[in-house]
Amino acid sequence: MSIDWQAFCLTIALALVVSAVLFVAGLPLAYWITFSRWRWKFLVEALVALPIVLPPTVLGFYLLVAFGSRSPVGLWWQSLTGHTLAFTFTGLVIGSILYSLPFAVQPFAASFSSVDRKLLAASSTLGASPLSTFFRVVLPLSVPGLVTGVALAFAHTMGEFGVVLMVGGNIPGVTRTVSISIYDQVEASNYAGANAMALLLLVFCFVVLAVVYGLHRRSPKQKSWPLGLAD
Amino acid sequence: MSMRRPILFGLIAVVLACAVSIPPLEAADREISVAAAADLSSALQEIASNYEKRTGVAVKLSFGASGALTQQIQNGAPFDVFFSADMDYPRQLIAGGLADGGTLYRYAVGRLVLWVPKDSLLDVEHKGMDVLLDPFVKKISIGNPQHAPYGRAAAAALKHYGLYDKVSDRLVLGENIAQAAQFVESGNAQVGFVALAHATAPAMQGKGKYWIVPSDAYPQLDQGAVVISRSPHKPDAGAFLDYVKTPEATAVLQRYGFTLPEQNPEMPK
Repeated sequence: MSIDWQAFCLTIALALVVSAVLFVAGLPLAYWITFSRWRWKFLVEALVALPIVLPPTVLGFYLLVAFGSRSPVGLWWQSLTGHTLAFTFTGLVIGSILYSLPFAVQPFAASFSSVDRKLLAASSTLGASPLSTFFRVVLPLSVPGLVTGVALAFAHTMGEFGVVLMVGGNIPGVTRTVSISIYDQVEASNYAGANAMALLLLVFCFVVLAVVYGLHRRSPKQKSWPLGLAD
Repeated sequence: MSMRRPILFGLIAVVLACAVSIPPLEAADREISVAAAADLSSALQEIASNYEKRTGVAVKLSFGASGALTQQIQNGAPFDVFFSADMDYPRQLIAGGLADGGTLYRYAVGRLVLWVPKDSLLDVEHKGMDVLLDPFVKKISIGNPQHAPYGRAAAAALKHYGLYDKVSDRLVLGENIAQAAQFVESGNAQVGFVALAHATAPAMQGKGKYWIVPSDAYPQLDQGAVVISRSPHKPDAGAFLDYVKTPEATAVLQRYGFTLPEQNPEMPK
C-alpha cells in the first residue's frame, strides 16, 4: 500500500487555487448571466456550459496547441517567461479553470435567480446602490448556492484527468495529479498502489459532496443547480 | 415547456435513427483486432491496408503504449494479435497463459532518435546528445519509462551518456512515444526522444531534424508480436502475423526506419 502523497497534496493545492479563482471570477459572471437582458445572453450561457459536454481531449488538444511555440499566445508567453505553459502548475490551473467553470457559475447563477426580486426592488427603493444590494441582499441569500458552486468546482478539479494527461507531462510534484498517478499504477500492473490511491480519492470526494448535501438539507428553500440539490 | 417539445422530439428522433443505423455485430465477416505499440502507427497502417487489399480480411488497429496494451489484454481486451515495442510484455502474456508462446516473433528492431522541430536553433544533427545541455532546452519529452519501452530506452541512453541526473528535472513524460512526439512537435518541449519510425512517418516529413541515438547507448529495442490465446480468430490472426514476415511487409517496416532482426542493427553513424 503505497500512497503517492505528493500527488495527493498537489491535487488538493490545484483544486484549492482553481476553486478560489472560480469563486472570485464566477460571481460577476453569474451575476451578469442572471440579471443581464442582452438578447444574445443565451450564447454566453451555452459557452459557459460547454465543458460539461465536451470531452476533455478537445480542451486538452486546444490548450496544447495554444501553449506551444506555434501559436501567438504560446509564443508571447514564452518570450515573457522563457518557458511554455504546458507542463507547469500554472498551465494546469488555466486548464482546470476552463474545465470546471460551469460547475461554479451555474450554481451561483441558479441561487442568484432564486432571490426574491421584491427584495431587490425594496433595497433599491431604500437607496442602496446595485453593488451594495448585491453584497448586502443577493450574496447573503445565496450562500448555499455559493458553497455548492465552490465545492463542485473543487471536487471536479480533484477528479480531472484528460486535460492533465494531455498538457501535464506527468512531472512529479508539478503536474502529476492523483488521477494521473492512479493511471500510472494501473498501467504498471501495480493494483495495490492504484487501489490505495483510488480509495483515498473516492472517500475524499464522497466527504466533500456529503458536506454539500448536508448543508443543503438545512436550507430546503434554496433552489439550486445541479444534481437536484434541495429542490 | 410546450415550446421545447418539438426540439425534444427532434433529439429523440436523431438518437433513435443513430441506434437503428448501427450495424449488427456479426455483420463483419472476417476481421481481426490488432493491438500495436505506438511507434508502429504509420508502418502497420500501411501493412494492414496492403493485407486487406490482398486477402479481404479487415484489420482493426489499436495503438498505445506497450505496457498499457498489455494491461488491457490482461483484463480481457478482445485483441487477436499484439505487436509490442519490446519482447518482455509478450513474454509476460505468454507466462500468464494469455498468449501462445509458439507464435512469438521478433518482427523488428526499433531505433531511438533525438528529434527537434525543423526551425529549431538546436543543431541536433551534428551535436547529438550535447544539445540537451543547451540553455535553450527547457523541456525534454520522453515516453513514460514505466510502460513505454522507448521511454525506457531514452532513460537508458541518458544514463549511458551521464546526462540523466543533469536533465532529469527537465523531463516531461508522454503517456506513450506518440505523445512524447506530440509534445515536441507542438513546440511545448524543445527536444524529444521519439521512434525513428515517427521521424520518418509521412505526417512528420519535413517538420523536423533528428539524430539517431547509437544503438550501444541503450538495450536493443527488439520488438515482438504474439497471437492472443483467447482469440476467436486464430487462423486469421496467425495468417496476418505470417504476412508481416513476408518481404512485402518487411520492406514497409524498413522504409519506416525499423531494422529487421536478421540484419545487424548497427547503422552507419
